[in-house]
Amino acid sequence: MPVLDAVEVSWQADAAPPEAGNALPLLHEIRHALLRLQQEGEPTLLDLSAIPFGPGDRDRLLAALGEGEVSARIEALGPTLIRETALAGVWLVQYFDPDEQELVLHIEISHCPRLLSTPVEDIDLALRQLDDRLDTQLHAQSDSEPGSDLDQPLDSSAPHLAG
Amino acid sequence: MAEEITLLESLRRRGVSRRGFLKFCTATASLMALPPALIPRVAAALEQAKRPSVIWLSFQECTGCTESLTRSHAPTVESLIFDHISLDYHHTLQAAAGDAAEHAREEAMKQHHGKYILVVDGSIPLAENGNYSTIAGISNLEMLKECAEGAAAIVSVGTCAAYGGLPMAKPNPTGAVGVSEIIKDKPIVNVPGCPPIPTVITGVLAHFLVFGSLPELDHLGRPKVFFGQNIHDRCYRRPFYERGQFAETFDDEGARKGWCLYKLGCKGPITYNACATNKWNEGTSWPVESGHGCIGCSEPGFWDFGGLYKALSVPTGNIGSTAVAAAALGVAAGAGLAAMNRSKKQAAAKAHETMTVTDLNKET
Repeated sequence: MPVLDAVEVSWQADAAPPEAGNALPLLHEIRHALLRLQQEGEPTLLDLSAIPFGPGDRDRLLAALGEGEVSARIEALGPTLIRETALAGVWLVQYFDPDEQELVLHIEISHCPRLLSTPVEDIDLALRQLDDRLDTQLHAQSDSEPGSDLDQPLDSSAPHLAG
Repeated sequence: MAEEITLLESLRRRGVSRRGFLKFCTATASLMALPPALIPRVAAALEQAKRPSVIWLSFQECTGCTESLTRSHAPTVESLIFDHISLDYHHTLQAAAGDAAEHAREEAMKQHHGKYILVVDGSIPLAENGNYSTIAGISNLEMLKECAEGAAAIVSVGTCAAYGGLPMAKPNPTGAVGVSEIIKDKPIVNVPGCPPIPTVITGVLAHFLVFGSLPELDHLGRPKVFFGQNIHDRCYRRPFYERGQFAETFDDEGARKGWCLYKLGCKGPITYNACATNKWNEGTSWPVESGHGCIGCSEPGFWDFGGLYKALSVPTGNIGSTAVAAAALGVAAGAGLAAMNRSKKQAAAKAHETMTVTDLNKET
């Protein structure tokens, strides 16, 4: 479309000026939360979906927080990106659906984001899974070595292997 | 038909991990506009949540409410919620038609009597014995009464079902009314909007799924968590209002700089809705951010406001009542805010809070 390409088009979006937006108040809120973490050890979660952001607000906030040295990606019900900001203890937790559309953006002020820690229930499951794998391994070995000691039942004094 | 399994079990069967479940709870809490501190409570409740049966009736409507819901931008969360609920009857979405569809409705009503959620979109015509709108030969009025009888609660989705909506606009030839004008003995939650914000519809259903109850409502039957604050108070353009910086036309310098749209007829000061935070089109924007004032679509009577571009506080006729006089104080504020002192600004803000759609209509 050479004719249309020749038409000069200028496009300008006027973002709300910084003093009119919600980035600055949020930075103050993050400061209070960081202070609470330092003095009382209490973490804070801020849901940015509940904040009335104007054009440019979110970018201004993220630019002010900067990028830190830790990042992680969790694959569970779609990806979740966890990044520490340049401010230690201030994390961005971005939840996406499987099509990588953002569902929720949290700012978590904590020593370590909640979702990174292994859930207690998963440890129970992990033990059961490991037991199954050990059991499979032991049987595979005993099948190939008839008459070996491994045919004997497992030692009941090893609770993590029992059951 | 609804099966008696918990949501956690339902998710496990889909191979969702514990972290996935926590993520689902986080997104659901955000959807319900609950503070993140309540996520553990949501998780505990969702572990035990049973699968509710939902019957969805569509009456005098444009299908915009269903369109809004099916085009929502949190598909994982919402599809999981909708996969979990048992949507036993929905004209537009169900595969069944004719006798089979009506049979499904009757069966769901019988099997889950006293427990199902009844969702209604569209208004109900009362004129001519309700004959303006019928489904399978049954008038909307009759079907509503029949389905409401065994419902645990009713959710009126959209301004038509909540307050009559566009079908009720003067001169209202079909005698259209909202659900609460007919059903008086059931808990009803109104989710108005033309259309309502999809995440708000799902948020209300999620609340029922999680807590087994309806959210706290305001005096118009709307969930306070979404409709507790007016658009004006949550608007990112509010600081311009405070400074007296207004767009006078849609193409002037003020409009280009994103100043307040109050003088162009924005109904934000009298409209309670969640647009300013929940937004539309995958969270991209909302009317005010796109440069158009709020039209007040979640308020009763918005269709007869007297003009989308008529500024709220500009007096066009005789000012008689106290309420309108209070609004007139707001006019002065609107005309010269930059020069006003702080006390006058506060008085103007107070005046705006007292103004209602009825007051607005008295001006014309």
